[in-house]
Amino acid sequence: MLLIRCPYCQTDRPELEFRYGGEAHVSRAQDPSSVPDAAWAEFLYMRTNPKGFHVERWRHTHGCGRFFNAVRHTVTDRFLATYRAGEPKPDLEALAREAAR
Amino acid sequence: MTVSFRTASGGRIDRDRTIRFTFDGTAYRGHPGDTLASALLANGVRLMGRSFKYHRPRGVLAAGAEEPNALVSVDRGGGRWTPNLRATQVELHEGLVATSQNRWPSLSHDVGELNDVVPPGVFSAGFYYKTFMQPASAWANLYEPFIRRAAGLGQAPSQADPDHYTHRYAFCDVLVVGAGAAGLAAALAAAQAGARVILCDEQAECGGGLLGERDAVIDGVPASDWAASTLATLSGDKRVTLLPRTQCFGAYAQNFFGLVQRLTDHLPHPDPRMPRERLWKVRARQVVLATGAIERPLVFPENDRPGVMLAGAARAYVNRYGAKPGDRAVVFTACDSGYAAAHDLTAAGIVVSAIVDLRPGPDGPVAATARGAGLDVRSNAVVTGVEGRLGVRAAMVATIAGNGLVGPSERISCDLVLMAGGWTPAVHLHSQMRGKLRFDAEREMYVPAAPVEGSRSAGACNGTFGIAEALAEGFSAGADAARAAGREWSERDWSPVVSGEIVPDGGFHGAVPHDRDVQKVKAFVDFQNDVTEKDIRLAVREGFRSIEHVKRYTTNGMATDQGKTSNMNGLAIAAGSLGKPIPEVGLTTFRAPYTPVTFGAFAGHSRGDLFDPIRRTPTHDWARAQGAVFEDVGMWKRAWYIPRGGETMHAAVLRECRTVRETGGLFDASTLGKIEVVGPDAAEFLNRLYTNPWTKLETGRCRYGLMLNEAGFVMDDGVVGRLAPDRFHVTTTTGGAPRVLAHMEDYLQTEFPELRVWLTSTTEQWAVIAVQGPNARAVLQPLVADIDMAREAMPHMSVREGTICGVPARLFRVSFTGELGFEVNVPAEYGQAVWEAIWAESQKHGFCAYGTEAMHVLRAEKGYIIVGQETDGTVTPSDLGLDWAIGKAKPDFVGKRSLARPDMLKPDRKQLVGLLTVDPAVVLEEGAQITAEASPVKGTAALGHVTSAYESAALGRSIAMALVAGGRSRLGETLYVPMPNAAIAVTVVEPVFLDREGSRLDA
Ligand SMILES: [Zn+2]
Repeated sequence: MLLIRCPYCQTDRPELEFRYGGEAHVSRAQDPSSVPDAAWAEFLYMRTNPKGFHVERWRHTHGCGRFFNAVRHTVTDRFLATYRAGEPKPDLEALAREAAR
Repeated sequence: MTVSFRTASGGRIDRDRTIRFTFDGTAYRGHPGDTLASALLANGVRLMGRSFKYHRPRGVLAAGAEEPNALVSVDRGGGRWTPNLRATQVELHEGLVATSQNRWPSLSHDVGELNDVVPPGVFSAGFYYKTFMQPASAWANLYEPFIRRAAGLGQAPSQADPDHYTHRYAFCDVLVVGAGAAGLAAALAAAQAGARVILCDEQAECGGGLLGERDAVIDGVPASDWAASTLATLSGDKRVTLLPRTQCFGAYAQNFFGLVQRLTDHLPHPDPRMPRERLWKVRARQVVLATGAIERPLVFPENDRPGVMLAGAARAYVNRYGAKPGDRAVVFTACDSGYAAAHDLTAAGIVVSAIVDLRPGPDGPVAATARGAGLDVRSNAVVTGVEGRLGVRAAMVATIAGNGLVGPSERISCDLVLMAGGWTPAVHLHSQMRGKLRFDAEREMYVPAAPVEGSRSAGACNGTFGIAEALAEGFSAGADAARAAGREWSERDWSPVVSGEIVPDGGFHGAVPHDRDVQKVKAFVDFQNDVTEKDIRLAVREGFRSIEHVKRYTTNGMATDQGKTSNMNGLAIAAGSLGKPIPEVGLTTFRAPYTPVTFGAFAGHSRGDLFDPIRRTPTHDWARAQGAVFEDVGMWKRAWYIPRGGETMHAAVLRECRTVRETGGLFDASTLGKIEVVGPDAAEFLNRLYTNPWTKLETGRCRYGLMLNEAGFVMDDGVVGRLAPDRFHVTTTTGGAPRVLAHMEDYLQTEFPELRVWLTSTTEQWAVIAVQGPNARAVLQPLVADIDMAREAMPHMSVREGTICGVPARLFRVSFTGELGFEVNVPAEYGQAVWEAIWAESQKHGFCAYGTEAMHVLRAEKGYIIVGQETDGTVTPSDLGLDWAIGKAKPDFVGKRSLARPDMLKPDRKQLVGLLTVDPAVVLEEGAQITAEASPVKGTAALGHVTSAYESAALGRSIAMALVAGGRSRLGETLYVPMPNAAIAVTVVEPVFLDREGSRLDA
C-alpha cells in the first residue's frame, strides 16, 4: 500500500483513500469543435505510458475530495512530488536529479 | 523404537514433558520444542510424503520453511483442516493429528507410484503441454480431473473455516526480519540507539542457526545462550516488539511489509476467542533483512530417497531437537559445512561412514581435522546413487578420475545420506523490493548488489556466513538503520569473539557427474514438483533459452516452495546445457509470498456479514414482512418481486405488472442516485455535463438528462428537476451514483473550475416512493396538503415542494412505467412511515407493491432503456434513438465533439430495436447473439445481441430489445437468434411496444 501526500491536506495518507485518475496535463481544448478528428482521437485515447516517471492525476476521494497531480515512477512506485491541479508540470529531469542525490 | 532415535541428551526440547500425537492414525510421542518432523524422526519415521507427479516415497529434506517433501495435513477438529503444511514448521502439541498427503491407499503402499515406472519421457518436461492439448473439450471432463487426482497436494477443507483472523497496522523505526545471529545483533544495536524496533522470525523460538550450533561460543558463552540473553535484553525493552512465529512474506513499496503471525496453531486447546493468525501490515522507516541462507541439495541419482537430507538440517535435528535422522551416515559435500554436520552427528552417536567431498584435494583444514578424528574422507568423489525405496539402505560412492570419468562405485551401507551443496542467500525480500543482485563468481552465488533505499541486508542473506562476521554486520546494520531512522547513536561497531564454529566455505551448482545410464535414473532438482536434471536438459534441447521459459516448461521452482532449494541448481544445469555462464542465463523473479499464506489471514474480519457493506432502503423491513424476495444491485438489497400466497416468481411478476397498468402500484426507488447541484452557475454546469439544454428549463419542471463520457458514449441517465434558478435535484442510475458524482467533480475541479457550483450526494437523504398507475393521483392527493396535483397544474415532468403526511417532500411527476406516475421524495427517516401511509391509502384502489423485475418489464414495454443493460460503454445517444435528448444548439458538452467523429456516424452502427419472436410464447435469452441467417457459417460475425427480454402481461406475448447493426433500417426484417437446439426467428420492430402516443402518461 502506497503512502501518498495530498497537496491540499498536506499529509501522507494511505493509498486506500485515493483514486487514480490517469495521465495528467492532457488538457481539454477550449473549443473542442475546432479540433480535427485525428487530434481529437489522440486526445481521447493516446497516452504516454512511460517506463519511468509518469505525471498523473489522483483524487483524494476519501479525504478532501480534491484532484491533484503526482509524479510517480511506474516501476518503483516512488512518488517524487505531488502538487495541486492547475499548477504547472514540474521539470521531471530536475526532480529525478534531485532524487538521485 | 520410540526412544531409539533420540540423542542421549541435549537439544532444546523439554525432555521432562511428553506430548502425544498421531501421524496417519498411528500414535507417537514427542516433547515440547519438537516440530512434527523432528518428532517423527525421533520415532524412527522417515517416510513422510509422496511426491507430486511420480508419487515417489519421500522423507524430510530440510528443517525449515524451505521443506519441499514433508507436506502434511493437520486436523484441529471442528472443521479446522489445514493441508500442505510443512512438517518442519508444524509445532508439536498435545493431541496433534497429522496425516500424509497424495497417497492412496497408504503412504507405504501408494497406487500412484506406478507413475514412477512408466516409460521414460511420459512425464518429462512439458508433459502437461504436450499431452493435454486436444480436444479442448476434454479439459473439463478428462484431463483436469485426471491431473487433479493423479498429481496432487492435500485435500482442501470441506467446511467453512470456523477460525477468525485479524489484521493490525504497525509502524516502527526499524523492522528486523529474521532473528538469527545477524538479526539479533541488528535489533540489539537499533534498540540501544533508542529506535522503535519490530523483530520477527518465522520460528517458534528466535535464534535461527545459533540454536543449531553445538560448539560455537560467542564472547565466552555458548551461541544458544548468547541468543537467549540477547532476547531477554530485547524483550525487556518497551520499544522492541518481538514477533516469533511470524513470517515476513512480502515486501512492498515504501518499506511496507506483510507479516503473518501464527497465534493458536501450536496450542492444544486454544481459547476460541483467539484469532488463529494475525496479519501485520508494517510500515518501517528502515529495515534490516537478516533472512539467512538456504542450503542446496546436490543433484545425483536417487537423491530424493527418504533418508537423503540436507546436512544443515541433520545438524539442526541432532543439535536442536535431539532427534537422530539415522544411525549410519554418508556425508556428500561440496562445502565445509558438511564437515560441521559430520562432526556433530558423530558427537551424537551417529556413525559417519564416509565424507564424500566433491572438491578435488588438497584437503582444507576442516578435512584434515576430520581425517585426524578418524573419519573416512574422500576427495574428488561423488555419490552415484542410493539404494532403498522407502528408506536409504546404502550409498554408492565413486571417485572422479583424472580424465573426468566416474567410477567404479563402492557400496557403503548407511541409512542416511547428507547433502551439503553450499548455501544460497535468501535474497527474496531484497529482490521483492526490486533490489538488484550481483553474481559473486568466485563463490558462485547471487548476493544483493546494493541495498534498496531504506533497507540493508546482513548476515547469510548478504553472503556473510561466519557467526562472528554475521554478528558484526548485523550490529552495524542495526545501528545504521537506527541512525537513518533519525536516532542518534555513536557506537556502531562490535567485534565479537567467536570460536568453535566451522564457517561454510565452498559449494556446487548443477548436477554432479555419475556413471549411470542417464535415461534410467532420476536425479532430482525440484523435489516438490518432481523436476529432474534430465527435464531441464530436455527443455534446453527443445529450444527454451530464457530461464523464465525453462521454469514454466519444466515447472522447476513453481511448486508451493517456489524453488527455494531448486532454483540455483536448475539455473546452473540450464546454463551448462546452453554453454553459458550462470549470470548470462538470468534469474527468475522472486515474488511474494515467501511461504504460503492462508486466505483467512488476508480476509481478516472481512467475511460473512462483514465481507461487503449492505445498503438497505427505508422500506426494507416492510418489504421483508410482505415476503419480498431481494436481489443485489450494487451493494443495495432491492425488492425483486413480492410473491403472494405461494406464487412463483413468474406469476408474481405478471400479477405486479398487470396491477400497475390496471390500477397502480408502489415501488421503492430510494436507491436512485441523487445529487444536489447548487450555485449561480448550476444550469451552465449541467449544460456542459449533460447532452440536454438546461438554461431554459423552468423552475418546477423536470427533464430527462443523458450523460456521456468524453468519448461520446452513454454513461448515465436520470431525471433532473429544477427547484430554483440555482438549484437542481439530479437523479442517477442506482449503480452509477458514485461514478457520476466523481465525473462531475472531475470536470468541475479540473476543466471548469471557474464555475460556481457545489455538488452534494443526497442519495441516502431521500426515501423515494414511486406511485405509478392510472389511480396514482387518487391515492396521493388525499395525503398531500399543499400541492395542486391536478393534471394541468402539475403536468408530466414537473416537480413541487410541499408536505405529505405532514412531512416535507419533493414530489416529482415522472414515470418509468408509461403510466401516470409520481415519485415522492421524503427524508429517509420518514420513508417507512410515509410508505405505510401511502400503502394504506392505495389499498382502497387495489394497488400492489412491485419489485425491480416488474419495473424492468414495465419500462421495456415502453422502450425505456436501462444504462448498463441496453448500453455497454460503446453506445451513443443516436444508437439508442435518443437524438432528441441532445441540445444541438449548445456549443459544447462533454462528449459532443466525439459524436462527430466518423466512426460515430457510420450507418452500420449497432442500433436499439425491438424484437418480436415469431412464436409469441418464446422469451429470448438476454445476451443471445443475433444473426441474419438461421444457420450461419461458422465464424460469421453476429449482427448484435439481445439486451432485454421479458414476457409482457400487457401485450400477452414476449418482447425484447436488442442492439443490431444498422437496426433501424431493418424494421420488418426477420432475423435469427441461434440457440443450442435451433435458431429462433424474430421480427425487427420499433423499440416501443405500448402506448406510443403517451396518452397514459398524460392522464
Ligand atoms: Zn486531501
